[in-house]
Amino acid sequence: MKILVPIKRVVDYNVKIRVKSDQSGVDLANVKMSVNPFDEIAVEEAVRLKEAGKATEIVAVTIGPEKAQEQLRTAMAVGADRGILVQTDQPIDLGGVEPLAVAKTLKAIIEKESPDLVIMGKQSIDDDSNQTGQMLAALLGWAQGTFASKLEIEDSSAKVTREIDGGLETISVNLPAIVTTDLRLNEPRYAKLPDIMKAKKKQLDVLDPSELGFSYEPRLNVVSVSEPEERKGGIKVASVDELIEKLKNEAKVI
Amino acid sequence: MSILILAEHDGKELSPVTLNVIGAATKIGGDIHILVCGKDCDSIAQAAASISSVSKVIKADNEVLEHHLAENIAPIIVDLAKDYTHVLAPATTFGKNILPRAAALLDVQQISDIIVIEDAETFKRPVYAGNAIATVKSSDSIKLITVRGTNFDPVEAAGGSASVEEYSVTASQDLSSFVSAELSESERPELTSAKVVVSGGRGVGSEEKFELIEQLADKLGGAVGASRAAVDAGYVPNDYQVGQTGKVVAPELYIAVGISGAIQHLAGMKDSKVIVAINRDEDAPIFSVADYGLVADLFDAVPELIEKL
Repeated sequence: MKILVPIKRVVDYNVKIRVKSDQSGVDLANVKMSVNPFDEIAVEEAVRLKEAGKATEIVAVTIGPEKAQEQLRTAMAVGADRGILVQTDQPIDLGGVEPLAVAKTLKAIIEKESPDLVIMGKQSIDDDSNQTGQMLAALLGWAQGTFASKLEIEDSSAKVTREIDGGLETISVNLPAIVTTDLRLNEPRYAKLPDIMKAKKKQLDVLDPSELGFSYEPRLNVVSVSEPEERKGGIKVASVDELIEKLKNEAKVI
Repeated sequence: MSILILAEHDGKELSPVTLNVIGAATKIGGDIHILVCGKDCDSIAQAAASISSVSKVIKADNEVLEHHLAENIAPIIVDLAKDYTHVLAPATTFGKNILPRAAALLDVQQISDIIVIEDAETFKRPVYAGNAIATVKSSDSIKLITVRGTNFDPVEAAGGSASVEEYSVTASQDLSSFVSAELSESERPELTSAKVVVSGGRGVGSEEKFELIEQLADKLGGAVGASRAAVDAGYVPNDYQVGQTGKVVAPELYIAVGISGAIQHLAGMKDSKVIVAINRDEDAPIFSVADYGLVADLFDAVPELIEKL
């Protein structure tokens, strides 16, 4: 079984982001960039399937700037066999390459690669849209197993346990299918130094979006990006009695 | 302007968030129609028809829709969408699962998780875990949008008298099937619509000790939430998680107990009206957003609070 894992280069989740003063976007200059955390989980799940003898090849794909090769190398260091970069200088967080365009690009790559399963993050932590996996499944006419916390591969189908608002739901999806990962699917491993070195020699193909027929004109015009309203901290109370008094008489919420 | 809203329900009743989504639709303006998909969902369609400001209910009643599989519901939305300027769904796991599938089939770039409606084409939505707010203007002829319910006032559940129209579903797409569900059963109010939410974090220490959080919630008639750390540690199930990737809540009163206040958690609760934080660590980031902070051992403070309330 061949698994395709789309990943995204995003601002590292520990970075406190800054909005640009002209409100045109988020300042990403000289900021640490990483693999989107949900995509790390996707890579890990694919690697575990390969280790369990269920998968034979893992292909990592990303769309982004030349530097997104770093994220593909990270994926290859934990076990992806090769990488594909669709290189663009359009922004990939806001006002550039949007989820629908990503889904269309991935569809074009999937038509060439013919994977049996696609595992990808449920959302990226920059744009927070949570759309690409569902859109890709729609464009391919495949089943979708979103927000997965457990994945079991069967013969021509997969059982996906999904984290939903009411609890957990298990569905069966025909393969090929799209599975999007939630936080508790697994705990991704760290790459070991020898594997990081080996990953540098793995195959990495760079494609131009125009070769696939895409130009990435955004459909959503980003009018502005602003700081959220800052919530001011209040006071410290000295005791439970004071807390109850404030909640009753000042905040009037109990 | 005409707006179609995908109603969320559990097979027995409409989810309260549907009323908030209708509230958002009234801000766009125009005719509001509700799509109810399910099996034996006539009582839900009737309930939707009696909501104020709804002019028509479309009922798609078929066994292939019982478990709300996206593969079977998306084509219905696609078929109906051409008659509308906007299609709205709640930004819940239900709406997030289905709407993008319909959007792609319609060749529409969906707008996720809106919190403000500027006009019929322009919306505000949080990005970067709520650390930035993007104002976006859509150029698509049909707008597909998921709505963050807590940012819009609900409409009245009564007072309307809409007609109910049947939509006939031909067949299942046969791509996926329902296997089982483990849903949390609780007498407590639902987390995203509760007036009071008491949440526990890693500091609570164990599944057994989480009972203390539940007792405080029960004393206040509130819902129980948790930080990601508490869920990852196995103290409570995943559906308790409040945060960027869990549930977004905005109650009248939010009490954070033993929660340090990671950005991820703050993104899910910082719109609460009044925030109380109880934590032993006086430098915990949660205090920077709390209206009332109590630096104390939760195992002393929470029992005292339960006793004195």
